[in-house]
Amino acid sequence: MTAVPDATAVPEPRPAPSSMLAVEMRGIVKRFPGVVANDGVDFDVRVGEVHALLGENGAGKSTLMNVLDGLYRPEAGEIRVFGERVDLRSPRDAIAAGIGMVHQHFALVPTQTVTENVLLGLDEPRFRMDIGRYDGRIAELAARHGLTVDPQARIWQLSVGEQQRVEILKMLYRGARILILDEPTAVLAPQEAQDLFRTLRSMVAEGTSVVFISHKLAEVAQIADRITVMRRGKVTAAGIPAAGTTPADLAERMVGRDVVETIERSPFSPGPVVLSVRAVDALSDRGLPALRGVSLDVRAGEILGVAGVAGNGQSELAQALTGLRRCSAGSITVNGVDVTNRDPREAISQHIAHVPEDRTGVGTAPDLSIADNLIMKTYRDAPIARRFSIDAGAVKRFANRLRDAYAIAAPSVETEARLLSGGNLQRLILAREIASEPRLLVAVQPTRGLDVGAITTVHRLILEQREAGSATILLSEDLDEVLALSDRIAVIYEGRIVGLFDADEADVAEIGLLMTGGRSSRATEPADPTRLVP
Amino acid sequence: MTAQAPVRRPGRSRVALPWAVRAERRLEVPRWLPVATTVGAVAVALLIGGVILAFAGGDPLAIYAHILRSSFGSLGVLSDTLVKATPLILTGLACALAFRMRLWNIGAEGQLLMGAWAASAIVLIPVVPAGTPSIVTIPLMMVAAMLAGGAYGAIPGILKAVRGVNEIIVTLMLNYIALLWISYWVFGPWSEGGFQLTPQFPREAWLPRLSDFAEQVPAFSGLTVHLGLVFGLIAAVLVHFLLYRSRLGYEIRLIGDSPRAARYAGVNVVRNTIIVFAISGALAGLAGMSEVSGVVHRLQLAISPGYGFTAVIVAYIAKLNPYGVVVAAIAFGALILAGREIQPSGIPAMIQGIILFCLIASEVFLRYRFRIERRAA
Repeated sequence: MTAVPDATAVPEPRPAPSSMLAVEMRGIVKRFPGVVANDGVDFDVRVGEVHALLGENGAGKSTLMNVLDGLYRPEAGEIRVFGERVDLRSPRDAIAAGIGMVHQHFALVPTQTVTENVLLGLDEPRFRMDIGRYDGRIAELAARHGLTVDPQARIWQLSVGEQQRVEILKMLYRGARILILDEPTAVLAPQEAQDLFRTLRSMVAEGTSVVFISHKLAEVAQIADRITVMRRGKVTAAGIPAAGTTPADLAERMVGRDVVETIERSPFSPGPVVLSVRAVDALSDRGLPALRGVSLDVRAGEILGVAGVAGNGQSELAQALTGLRRCSAGSITVNGVDVTNRDPREAISQHIAHVPEDRTGVGTAPDLSIADNLIMKTYRDAPIARRFSIDAGAVKRFANRLRDAYAIAAPSVETEARLLSGGNLQRLILAREIASEPRLLVAVQPTRGLDVGAITTVHRLILEQREAGSATILLSEDLDEVLALSDRIAVIYEGRIVGLFDADEADVAEIGLLMTGGRSSRATEPADPTRLVP
Repeated sequence: MTAQAPVRRPGRSRVALPWAVRAERRLEVPRWLPVATTVGAVAVALLIGGVILAFAGGDPLAIYAHILRSSFGSLGVLSDTLVKATPLILTGLACALAFRMRLWNIGAEGQLLMGAWAASAIVLIPVVPAGTPSIVTIPLMMVAAMLAGGAYGAIPGILKAVRGVNEIIVTLMLNYIALLWISYWVFGPWSEGGFQLTPQFPREAWLPRLSDFAEQVPAFSGLTVHLGLVFGLIAAVLVHFLLYRSRLGYEIRLIGDSPRAARYAGVNVVRNTIIVFAISGALAGLAGMSEVSGVVHRLQLAISPGYGFTAVIVAYIAKLNPYGVVVAAIAFGALILAGREIQPSGIPAMIQGIILFCLIASEVFLRYRFRIERRAA
């Protein structure tokens, strides 16, 4: 084994972290089909610092860190760890080099104990599994870093915060001296987040380096020594000291101000209120509050854009509107009909169309044909349904008509949906949803992962629905998209509507600040979030 | 790994071969490929079976030829093969239908037994007076068998739909309960003179066989094929229609492929789980009626040599296609029949097992494309 500088030999780094580099990434390029996730990215981490990596979803933060963790191999660029060039082919290589990553989704065995999970995959102990001998060691390591957790507890008994501590322990036990945390606070309660911050502080004090991926400005300001901001695969702020920045500045670097192609649209002339949401609360899949008193109105011929960073309640809001999630409080009315806590079938019969976030898992059945996927919302009605049977001829005519009208590129409507490209799949979903003659269209991330041509098509189709007089609620993390399409813009943060703007007077910097938990200077009030801009 | 990397690989090293096999996910599966892999898998299975037979001192070719002769060699044995295939078609369809919705009904055996019991009850209780004509008795037995099988199938369906109980465990355990239930009746109330079988059914409760028409068509003499085969074939057509031409079938396929997409489409997954389990049980129950009424003409313990379990393999080999089930059931009927001819009788069972293994293994060729590449020096 090559000699590696001994981290314990590094002098006490706080309050000023050493300028010695733990990680140095130069010119990293990583492409995915249709996207350059990292476009020549430079990134470095000093020994004994917390370095925040900030950016919107899809900015390339996680990709960059997956490269550093050996999960992805970059097409270009080099990585140095403690000054030595490394070639990381797997997380095993990464941990051997001292790099450990804690992902958003934990990799723990629920039925095993903390100690067993920490030891899992290691060469020690061999054969004789006298786990008890290791409990003490792990308890000691945990105590040293303030990671309170019982080594003999089984994972399923632990809270999410405790499970996260186990993941961190796993990395420390393997000798990680550079710890990458991918949005660690997303799953934590505020108090747990504070505990985590204390732990991180104690770790960096001992010379460990931490990369903290986040899109929340407040916590970044609290925990980070330096900040790197990414946007669309590029670095927009490289390792600037946290002390010298303002939230507004960071927000602007994060959301940017790209020139968006302007789309032709008719003047805004809204009709009557179609969707009326009043004080809706809902829980997430984990049982935590996801929506807190959301109130909104959307009128016919209007597009309401909901801007926000992923995981702030957008998915839950869309699910509540379409009958897929129960509301624990509040009411949802569509065209005067109360649809609160009814089922998806009721939502469909009320002509609520839904372009879901997850195209392959929810929006389509991948192994069924295009035709089968196109009739998902209409197979109960004539002419496709004939009592209990389905008219194959009618299905074929319906599917061919939609395929031609929406230019779904496929050899035939019998082709399996999973063979379609992202753009074609989204055209399929939109074709189906629009064919159901929506009064309310709920579109979630309708263009994520699509190429420019497909994005334009999707935008055009959504605007056509506005012309046709349907009410549209567009939930998107892409602020440019929200700005380009919306008549009004609501900002959602931690399940609350924290701002509501008329599209004409919307200010990007202000929205960016609200999206990331900052306070608006011009407080537009949650006092009356249903305020209709004339 | 570059030389200067401070990376250790405890206890592990890469074996350097001059070539490497690379697996890539297949994007598109050509239409012929599933058929080709199935045929290929069966061929490989026969090859492996042949090697084992050769080691055991047999002549594989002679044994395979013997199996073929003893199942398809004459009209008589072909008829016997079809008799064995009949319950496999019905139970195979029961499995194929449930599996299509990813409901793992391993309980076709128990549902078959309950169907056999209910059909027997019509003539043994008796529900109809002695001398009731076939035209009344047989439909009544069919309805009773399907209701009993369906109800027995609905139990795991309801538990799964309402409480999320694992249907594999429930259906598996219900098989034993059904066996004990039959056991009680044939040892107790319906026992004929203390033997573990019931009295023979009256002729009116027998499904007509081809040999019944030997007077008109001499060639039918001795042929045991009975009306149950026709039930099986009609059921295959109906299940095919159900799956591909009905609203329920559309929902079944949707749930089977993506439960989340089905929920999004407003499909009632709970209701469909119960309905599909009930239909599946009814098909298996009909198989039980077909056995007691068409073959043994009484209820006894050894009514099924595990048709309900072989049905799982049949459905799998058929790739859950109803017509494929008919073909696979006949092939397995032949293997069961050959078991009588070949000593030791475990050999056809071994071949069945190897075929299943090879088929499962061959799935990987549907999902991945393999390439052998030369490694750079």
